Amino acid sequence: MDYATFLQLLDTTLRLATPLLFACLAGLYSERAGIFDIGLEGKMLMGAMCAGTVAYLTGSVWLGALAAIVGSLLFALVHGLASITFRGNQLISGVALNFVASGITVLVALALFGQGGRTPPLEGGARMGEVTLPFADALRSVPIIGPLYADVISGHPLLVYVGIALVPATWWLLYRTRFGLRLRAVGENPASVDTAGVSVARLRFAAVLIAGILCGLAGAYMATGLQAGFGREMTAGRGYIALAALIFAKWRPWHALWACLLFGFFQSLALRPDVLQSVGLRVPVPVLDALPYILTVIVLAGLVGKAVPPRAGGEPYVKER
Amino acid sequence: MTLMKTLLGAAATLALSSAMVSADPAIIFDLGGKFDKSFNEAAFNGATKWAQETGGTFKELEMQSEAQREQALRQLADAGANPIVMTGFAFGDVLNTVAADYPDTKFAIIDMVVEQPNVKSVIFTEHEGSYLVGMLAALASKSGTVGFIGGMDIPLIRKFGCGYAEGVKAVNPDAKIVLNMTGTTPAAWNDPVKGAELTKAQKSQGADVIFAAAGGTGIGVLQAAADEGILSIGVDSNQNHLHPGKVLTSMLKRVDVAVYNAFKEGEAIEPGITTLDLKAEGVGYALDDNNAALITPEMKAAVDAAAEKIKAGELKVHDYMSDNTCPAATF
Repeated sequence: MDYATFLQLLDTTLRLATPLLFACLAGLYSERAGIFDIGLEGKMLMGAMCAGTVAYLTGSVWLGALAAIVGSLLFALVHGLASITFRGNQLISGVALNFVASGITVLVALALFGQGGRTPPLEGGARMGEVTLPFADALRSVPIIGPLYADVISGHPLLVYVGIALVPATWWLLYRTRFGLRLRAVGENPASVDTAGVSVARLRFAAVLIAGILCGLAGAYMATGLQAGFGREMTAGRGYIALAALIFAKWRPWHALWACLLFGFFQSLALRPDVLQSVGLRVPVPVLDALPYILTVIVLAGLVGKAVPPRAGGEPYVKER
Repeated sequence: MTLMKTLLGAAATLALSSAMVSADPAIIFDLGGKFDKSFNEAAFNGATKWAQETGGTFKELEMQSEAQREQALRQLADAGANPIVMTGFAFGDVLNTVAADYPDTKFAIIDMVVEQPNVKSVIFTEHEGSYLVGMLAALASKSGTVGFIGGMDIPLIRKFGCGYAEGVKAVNPDAKIVLNMTGTTPAAWNDPVKGAELTKAQKSQGADVIFAAAGGTGIGVLQAAADEGILSIGVDSNQNHLHPGKVLTSMLKRVDVAVYNAFKEGEAIEPGITTLDLKAEGVGYALDDNNAALITPEMKAAVDAAAEKIKAGELKVHDYMSDNTCPAATF
């Protein structure tokens, strides 16, 4: 494997890791606050459909992204209502939302465009353009670092950089602010937060809505950045891989970034079976596709440290019995 | 959840039953979806053409999951649809059991041979059509490397890939062919994201013409190829218009003709195996205004000459499905 091939793999990794990262951070906020969110997939799908539709109708990718956030927030709100306000089962609410999203996205796209649940292909300003970072062309000739900077780091849609910037932002918010402390506390021991006079429901709603915004961005990136339009079931299980990454990262922001990059790398490796063969490994492609899940099972089994979810996760908070 | 299930069940039953009134012909689309701009859409176009010409109506059903196949077939047969046409190899096993239960109903299956007295099996010589577009790919390629992206990894798709590889090698014996399959499950027919990423990966390996035989996934391939400034080749339907000037050609598989003929024959449909080959114009390559500038007269002459030889039986393209091997490529 030569350096250029390696760079190409990294380039693909970054592209494919971004939707995972958004969804993974979304799950992180939600689960840190004690609300399990299995509906990441559905929210991403909803976001992707809204982005594809509005970007096509208005010709503006950013209006599309806004629509994606709104669409995803609607689902987050329903999840919040079901699992916080009405203290329903969080897993069931999430699964139900996934089902609804899978159906309603196709239904809306079909009703609007009549193309079998696809939105028409996007062009020009309706697609997320690639950002060329400063000095990318000037530095290209520098050995080793030049191509790395120009080909891998530069030249991605804006949301890729937003996603990466969100990692330190999330870390800061969770570990350096009062809001973050309370958010984490509400996922570990909501009663103590309540005793301190802070509303558990409001904090949890805030976390769930942040998750909604992030999932919307993930969907917008998929429909307008990665692809030129929405297609039926286009998220293809990425919401679940993001959940796996979240467990793999043990619910910590920086680890989430590494986990998503690792899983993205597996996905990009699965696209290049020739690379593995060139170093003498004959790994069937489906095995590479399954690696994220296998790794998650290994982590869950406690083989690589212990993955402890937030203690109050999945439990609706009841003030008085 | 129970309520959800009931509602979903009711909706599904409603969807299945509402379309059925009298002995109309029926068509069932496979998982790629009716509007995949490729295989299933070709079938839909054939059915539509029949409806427009005869003023008749037909019933249609789109598969949403693997588990629906048998139920869908039985529902249509119970409702008196005749004949029932289905697109896709995946119906083979189900049809084999269901056909015997409805001796008075005629079935037609595309892409698969089912040996029952009331079933017409329509198969195509995809290897011949793929050979022709393979030649075009090699003639258009400047890098000497061409790509192939298949949908689900099944013998039928390998048949496309093998014929394509043979066509490429016929023009340029030193050409490198990059082969990828999208997946091993039916979801591989509808994963344009992965199709686009595979296209970029193949481009980085030097490929400058990529043939997508992948149903709905191919939309992603064609899009990515157009974005990256390389050429692509469509499949089944004429996909040249999707990105004018950027799709080299399309390997035509006249599923529309097969469906149209089946509908036209109606209940008198002839059971047995029908092979639509190059001679019968069941397969071929697409040439229209959108790609006229890409196909030079020399290219056209070379390919047409090969087509004549195949029709005359002088040139035999290897059929992967005959022995599950491919002399021109390894999968």
